[in-house]
Amino acid sequence: MTTAAKTGAAVTAAAAKAAKPATMAQALGRALRDAMAEDPAVHVMGEDVGALGGVFRVTDGLVKEFGEDRVTDTPLAEAGILGTAVGMAMYGLRPVVEMQFDAFAYPAFEQLFSHVARMRNRTRGAMPMPMVIRVPYGGGIGGVEHHSDSSEAYYMATPGLHVVTPATVEDAYGLMRAAIASDDPVVFLEPKRLYWSKAAWSPDAPAAVEPIGRAVVRRSGRSATLITYGPSLPVCMEAAEAAGAEGWDLEVVDLRSLVPFDDTTVAASVRRTGRAVVVHESTGFGGPGGEIAARVTERCFHHLEAPVLRVAGFDIPYPPPMLERHHLPGVDRVLDAVARLQWEAGS
Amino acid sequence: MKKSTMTVQEMPGAAAYRPTPPPAWKPRTDPAPLLPDSEPYRVLGTDAAGRLDAALMRRLYAELVRGRRYNTQATALTKQGRLAVYPSSTGQEACEVAAALVLQEQDWLFPSYRDTLAAVARGLDPVQALTLLRGDWHTGYDPREHRIAPLCTPLATQLPHAVGLAHAARLKGDDVVALAMVGDGGTSEGDFHEALNFAAVWQAPVVFLVQNNGFAISVPLAKQTAAPSLAHKAVGYGMPGRLVDGNDAAAVHEVLAEAVERARRGGGPTLVEAVTYRIDAHTNADDATRYRGEAEVEAWRTHDPVQLLERELTQRAILDADAVRQAREEAETMAADLRERMNADPVLDPMDLFTHVYAEKTAQLREQEALLRAELDAEGER
Repeated sequence: MTTAAKTGAAVTAAAAKAAKPATMAQALGRALRDAMAEDPAVHVMGEDVGALGGVFRVTDGLVKEFGEDRVTDTPLAEAGILGTAVGMAMYGLRPVVEMQFDAFAYPAFEQLFSHVARMRNRTRGAMPMPMVIRVPYGGGIGGVEHHSDSSEAYYMATPGLHVVTPATVEDAYGLMRAAIASDDPVVFLEPKRLYWSKAAWSPDAPAAVEPIGRAVVRRSGRSATLITYGPSLPVCMEAAEAAGAEGWDLEVVDLRSLVPFDDTTVAASVRRTGRAVVVHESTGFGGPGGEIAARVTERCFHHLEAPVLRVAGFDIPYPPPMLERHHLPGVDRVLDAVARLQWEAGS
Repeated sequence: MKKSTMTVQEMPGAAAYRPTPPPAWKPRTDPAPLLPDSEPYRVLGTDAAGRLDAALMRRLYAELVRGRRYNTQATALTKQGRLAVYPSSTGQEACEVAAALVLQEQDWLFPSYRDTLAAVARGLDPVQALTLLRGDWHTGYDPREHRIAPLCTPLATQLPHAVGLAHAARLKGDDVVALAMVGDGGTSEGDFHEALNFAAVWQAPVVFLVQNNGFAISVPLAKQTAAPSLAHKAVGYGMPGRLVDGNDAAAVHEVLAEAVERARRGGGPTLVEAVTYRIDAHTNADDATRYRGEAEVEAWRTHDPVQLLERELTQRAILDADAVRQAREEAETMAADLRERMNADPVLDPMDLFTHVYAEKTAQLREQEALLRAELDAEGER
């Protein structure tokens, strides 16, 4: 064996060793760690992010490595957390703020809508707001009241914010790095039920960071496009596998970024397939699916064989945990929607 | 299997068992040093006026005269249609001016919408200060250049910004104090509470100046709070509260200067309540006769901040007729310049609407920009 071959084998072995299964929560934590190590302006703040490592353990170990000045357990007040983060960003820091749960972020909405989202605009670019607002969101973890909301529509409707959400371990790392590097405020929606999802992922060789605003085709198909994001991606992937038995070859698009919205990737897919279903946990009425369906229809009308359908959460307050399985879009509901895409001529 | 019937005393570690649990609270400290005076602190008309700094007082006076003229000129501009709206600080000039003068170059001011005068007294061009109220853009200046945060309209929401900025500066080891201004109505907002709490926990170098001008638009203080004074609110956060006569420019300056100095040397935040009065209506669009009598306003006119200072300084020969005349002339020059420049129509580019939403325009914004450009082309405006 040559030296080069030996080295190559060693590298391969090391990579195989490094690429042991990692969870999305670990990948997010690693992204925070790497960003903090690279840039002293990056600060992490929120409730229980220090010694506890966050209630989902995303910030585990950060306070030990970077100290309390950069990893700060704040008083329990979301408006105060985001409001002081605004002041820190005004002074040149890049705060990464944790809202402990989706529904606990609401007290911070005034700061988010009236200041974070607008500061660049109202100061003609003099004072951008480079910050990340991490929001664990969505259901499916058996959470009691106020622990399972999908609040993305509120954020999407607010100009000045970027809104992203990973669905894979790789994207959790890559999107978080991109979000922290962004000079615009990014609402980073973390799908709670995917926190413990695993993938063979090496923190030593993370995938290249794609810029915010790019959707990705997770599964190629010719029959119809499932447009989804975050916690509903695994549902759609499973539905697409099951659909094969029915003779449908489904394409699955993972949006990753709700704002900016990647019209190009989505429209290209629907033009190829001629049919589309939007899938998300958020309520259907006034939810992201309405905007997405409208955009697809505006761009693909002459390619469509059927109306764009939506599979969404019901228009109800998030249900108690023992009933949530009836609320969340599942594989069957997705397949039922696919079945309604006017497959028979003249239907 | 044996049923678990262990008593606490039988449990492992019982030797260390104490019937009283360890305290989950801090030992209580004496709140007395944090309490404000029972009466607003005054300098003018008291023995303390015997030790006034003559040069500082002359500067304060000149700024008060200029500030009063600025207020009357801005109000006049609303009548001429040159300002969309003006929330006057007439009667509150002592607070506005003192807030600006106690700060050093590197310090930061966090004004509310009523505090354009404080920004002007800090050195900002009045035209830039009034941009928001003229309506050609939301902020007319670069906040970092002047270390003046954008004028804040949602009540008290600028207070946590001041805390965060001061905290960030301290983390960086910079000598920076933030002074944040809010009204009596604003103290009822949740952001007021959260800002004061964060500031105290972090010991951030911040001074909170509450101008208690008696009204939140039409609602009097009695309907706003049951606290003994707004300054008393400080005690609950563990910071000192100071109560001062907001129309006594020398007193406001002294109290604010002490609070700024305390913050600068690492002593933490202070809450200052300055008792003053809003002589004008809430804005030019408000009708104050619906909720208060003229007699009350007249009574406050006799406690006018400009006159109070002028009388004291003249009596003490710190100010002579020439200095008074010079201050008034300078104020007139400022007003004439402001009038002239505000009478020119601002040059607006509608395409600016899309320029600063994001660092880079999204594809959607580029589409909308093209739409507006086509509309403008059709109108022949461009």
